[in-house]
Amino acid sequence: MTTPTSPSQNASRTVHFRVWRGNREGGAFANYPVTVSEGMVVLDCVHQIQATQAPDLACRWNCKAGKCGSCSAEINGTPRLMCMTRMDTMPPDQSVTIEPMRSFPSIRDLVTDVSWNFRVKTKIKPFKPRKPDNADGSWTMMQVDVDRVQEFRKCIECFLCQDVCHVLRDHHKHDEFIGPRFLMYTAALEMHPLDTEDRLKDLKDNDGIGYCNITKCCTKVCPEHIGITDNAIIPMKERVVDEFYDPITRLFRMFKPRN
Amino acid sequence: MSLSDRYIVHEHDVLVIGAGGAGLRAAIEASGAGVKVGVICKSLLGKAHTVMAEGGIAAAMGNVDDRDNWEVHFADTMRGGQYLSNPIMAEHHAREAPDRVRELEGWGAVFDRTKEGKILQRNFGGHRYPRLAHVGDRTGLELIRTLQDHGIHQGMEVFMEMTVVGLLTTSGRIAGAVGYDRERGRMRIWRAKAVILATGGVGKSFRITSNSWEGTGDGHALGYLAGAELMDMEFVQFHPTGMVWPPSVRGILVTEGVRGEGGVLRNSEGKRFMFDDIPDAYKAQVATDEEEGWRYVCGDKNANRPPELLTRDHIARCINREIKAGRGSPHGGVYLDIGWIKEKMPNAADHIKRKLPGMYHQFKQLAGVDITTERMEVGPTTHYIMGGIAVDGDTQMSCVPGLFAAGEVTAGLHGANRLGGNSLSDLVVFGKLAGEHAAKFAKSTTVAEVDGAQVDAHARAIEEPFERTGGENPFVIQSALQDSMQDLVGIVRTEKELQLALVKIAELKARHAKLSVTGTREYNPGWHTAIDLSYMLIVSESITRSALERKESRGAQFREDYPEKSAEAGTFNLLTKRAADGSMTVMRRPIVPMRADLTAIIEKMK
Repeated sequence: MTTPTSPSQNASRTVHFRVWRGNREGGAFANYPVTVSEGMVVLDCVHQIQATQAPDLACRWNCKAGKCGSCSAEINGTPRLMCMTRMDTMPPDQSVTIEPMRSFPSIRDLVTDVSWNFRVKTKIKPFKPRKPDNADGSWTMMQVDVDRVQEFRKCIECFLCQDVCHVLRDHHKHDEFIGPRFLMYTAALEMHPLDTEDRLKDLKDNDGIGYCNITKCCTKVCPEHIGITDNAIIPMKERVVDEFYDPITRLFRMFKPRN
Repeated sequence: MSLSDRYIVHEHDVLVIGAGGAGLRAAIEASGAGVKVGVICKSLLGKAHTVMAEGGIAAAMGNVDDRDNWEVHFADTMRGGQYLSNPIMAEHHAREAPDRVRELEGWGAVFDRTKEGKILQRNFGGHRYPRLAHVGDRTGLELIRTLQDHGIHQGMEVFMEMTVVGLLTTSGRIAGAVGYDRERGRMRIWRAKAVILATGGVGKSFRITSNSWEGTGDGHALGYLAGAELMDMEFVQFHPTGMVWPPSVRGILVTEGVRGEGGVLRNSEGKRFMFDDIPDAYKAQVATDEEEGWRYVCGDKNANRPPELLTRDHIARCINREIKAGRGSPHGGVYLDIGWIKEKMPNAADHIKRKLPGMYHQFKQLAGVDITTERMEVGPTTHYIMGGIAVDGDTQMSCVPGLFAAGEVTAGLHGANRLGGNSLSDLVVFGKLAGEHAAKFAKSTTVAEVDGAQVDAHARAIEEPFERTGGENPFVIQSALQDSMQDLVGIVRTEKELQLALVKIAELKARHAKLSVTGTREYNPGWHTAIDLSYMLIVSESITRSALERKESRGAQFREDYPEKSAEAGTFNLLTKRAADGSMTVMRRPIVPMRADLTAIIEKMK
């Protein structure tokens, strides 16, 4: 975590940026000097490069406050949001390298094709609530019952967890594995107090939950500090095991079939 | 050669331009009506500016204070808008918002709860009772994600990262839209029987703003050029609390929820200056001392609100006054203090982190400030435009047949000033209405023929910046426009400065016509900015001309040369129209008359 510094301690300095420029066919790093002053984040530096040196440098961004999850990139090799990475947390007197997320196909420069994520989401069975509890169409839910789901719903869909996950990044299991973002999305639906749908078979058969071997890289890079592995994926793994692999439960079910 | 040989052509019954809260809600409604729907997003789906809404969604459900009902909400909205709002829209909004919120819950939204397990509601500026359903301080994210996750299963076709450059009309009626995709820069035509503009705001025309790069007034300008009327464009909301330090975060929003949870404003002398100036319309509703204000925050039904929960227009001006009088903070703001509540409650730090997690995170990470123990420095930031496309209050259709609008791009609900929390409710109430009526319109008609010459003209226009060389960089012109609007058309306005702004805008138009862009059409931000600039210039001119024409101070418009409210100016809205010769004209239109029963509600609530 950063500490406040007074302006006198932090006068403008020049930092050299190495930014990946290219498209589907390939590319290379380009060098840009940037004048950095107090409080600047990496995204400010990219904007300065656009405004003064390379107006066609492609990057995504929207809110500039860590709320929309658009400006995901790899900064000095670590998946991060550019808008929340302060320059004074970078090692001084060293260049800063920015690359696009490497788990997704390149479109141009820092922009990648993340459309796979949007396709994956449509395949997950949607929210299916029980009938309203009250005459005005509302439901009664206690805060303690929604705390866990609210944690997952903080997700800003920056896809940094998908970028860092070795099942996708190194093993390219995009057709068999939905990645941490959507395992957590499924968990949020399964743990929603009102939901009546069952997605456990999908998790086992189609979503590849077994591929996750709990290295927790996704949790480490999450800018919202969501406990993706501990709070979402592991409980879902446990439910899948209970449902499909627990011999006692199977025996019990022979006498009391699921409704 | 036919159009489909030259361009990619899509066909829909209803085309929605914009995928924030209003666009998605409209698309869901239209899809549900059984028509074919297309949705164009300028960014990726789910990234629209709705995501930045923090404090909550206003709906008189009465979960926390059972004295609340739609009539109180209606009266609060009309009072906040200084009686320039369309009462028909304010009525729809107040009556229907509770159902729209409950509907969101049915689609999976998870709002914070009361002790009884109902949807929790919080205090906000200008709302008489705690009225804002919320999720901590990330309500906008909850809203857009809920609509997105529900919407993708309703059959709509989504076009991500595409920008519309023109609406197509045939014999005065809408025929579709033309635009390009960001990825490759290819021209596309969307043929449609009805089009809904839901493009959001214009904040990017100002230097200090809470808006992202997208807030360039696309829908305002597209509608205007297609023959629709813009209304109330002089009313730009400067949110009182944006971050001011460090410079790179200047303008980023600090939610009104901080004040709703007990945050107070102080000047450099430590004084709570908001007690010094309370407008007459609110005197009966404001606490007489700090102690009463705190009791209100804690839910005491016999207490009146603290003055920090007055309307945004007023608070922004008070902050501006303190800064100009030399009582500001070191970086040109004032202090917003929530940490002080530790004097009043145990575990205050945990309470703040739970109620305002986004603010805690944002200040800690971007400014190195711990808001549970340190004061925030805040100042006004361009946040929202009350003005926009003039629409029919019941159907959301503009004066162009088949062209609808919903959300921030529309005028009418908020009048001269919007209450916090009334934007998210605006999106879902009027998104639904626009979707419903656009679908109805589409079912009653056939698709109009597209005029190929119109499409070709747009295609040529957007290619031109590549053909020029040696012209200015679009970012330089954008920045010059932002400086002019900030300095000359900001919180405090005068005839002289507004006139100067018109001169500057004319100069910038000339420079815009000569700029050039480098690179290719593939995902080229310089090129995109060149296109967005044409919208920003139109919108800026409309704001400035309307501000000149309204010779009074009311709501968000403060004229130093006309510091008082004028009774006569309270009888009309200002319309911006495109004249036959292409020039911009501003004219008056009498405000929408109020039905007797609604007038009676206003009187009762005074």
